[in-house]
Amino acid sequence: MTEQTIYIQGVVFNETTRCTLSDLCRLCNVNTEMIHQMIAEGIISPEGQSEMEWRFTSLAIKRAQTTMRLHRDLEVNLPGCALILDLLDELQELRCLSRRR
Amino acid sequence: MEYKDYYKILDVSRDATQDQIKQAYRKVARKYHPDVSKETNAETKFKEIGEAYEVLKDPEKRAAYDKFGTNWQHGQDFETPPNWDAGFEFSGTGYSAGDAGDFSDFFEALFGHARTESRQDRNVRMRGSDQHAKIVIPIADAYHGSRQTITLSRPVVDTTGRVTTRPHILHVTIPKGIVAGQRIRLEGQGSPGYGENMGGDLYLEISFQEDRLFHAEKRDIHLTLPISPWEAALGAKVTVPTLGGNVQLKIPPGSQAGKKLRLKGRGLCTASLLGDQIVTLQIVVPEAQNEEQRALYRTMAEKMAFNPRAGLES
Repeated sequence: MTEQTIYIQGVVFNETTRCTLSDLCRLCNVNTEMIHQMIAEGIISPEGQSEMEWRFTSLAIKRAQTTMRLHRDLEVNLPGCALILDLLDELQELRCLSRRR
Repeated sequence: MEYKDYYKILDVSRDATQDQIKQAYRKVARKYHPDVSKETNAETKFKEIGEAYEVLKDPEKRAAYDKFGTNWQHGQDFETPPNWDAGFEFSGTGYSAGDAGDFSDFFEALFGHARTESRQDRNVRMRGSDQHAKIVIPIADAYHGSRQTITLSRPVVDTTGRVTTRPHILHVTIPKGIVAGQRIRLEGQGSPGYGENMGGDLYLEISFQEDRLFHAEKRDIHLTLPISPWEAALGAKVTVPTLGGNVQLKIPPGSQAGKKLRLKGRGLCTASLLGDQIVTLQIVVPEAQNEEQRALYRTMAEKMAFNPRAGLES
């Protein structure tokens, strides 16, 4: 019997991805209050004016999810998470540059 | 199942105080947290650390675990002796929702029975945790799209409700035009959790292998193209490799080293997003290998009034 391999297709988070506030809550497994706090801390920034119109990019989703992991797993507070994210970005850039040499 | 030396995992001595255990946990948790760790199997190691701390931080569980003493080696084959936990009462489960299915066979054998009972009684449904993995693919796979078979190590719930860690094989489609750093979300493919359809999500982050010719920067593909001095000066039509095959490129006359030429649409493209290939010219000077060739160069030197260092003179 020949086996047919089924290749699953996921959803790509790319430059065109936009999600709503409730989507983001679901993806991070948090309530809206936590998202508000992340925005207040400058960790993520929505596009749009009212909460209903808010849209978040792939980058925001990634930053929010990383924040929640650091918060839950390492008990880092939100300002700490913001700092860690900035440092991780810088590290990433430096590693990229050093690889190119 | 394998014996797990929780003291070894936390890098702490068997007679450490509760405070010392907490400190050791904090330190090693930071080192292996998947978001900040450079280690390759950080996520698995991090879960192992969590499990070790779950036991050692609770004096009751620690005492029960300590009964086995130092007779067992980490990784050795192990079977729970009968009545090993006689006299111990484990109050509560102390598990948070996110830990569902994350602990090893060993942990489940020792401490899982309390949870199994409550699970059967109350028909608990707990969502499995999300899993994050990085996959490294050749740039060509991202250019054309491809199919990948990947192996993940993840907890699996069997028919009796016990949790074991199995290598899990997944067949995934890599969409055309995906960029390094972007992620693919596979719903329900993360840790299984408890109950039907309670699986967490799996996130695959894309990273590119080093390529001999091509270098990706976001959607654009970069290539350094060597050309001869006469091709640069007179212009030429040359063959340039791209991820989609060779193309003809017109080098304009009077080109200098470092000049960038753009091949539209030859980068990482999706249906709606276009990337280009950026070709950077590199002028290679051929060696004069005999008197005739040296004479040619000398003629050039005489006939072309040219000072490349004019900008350096003060």
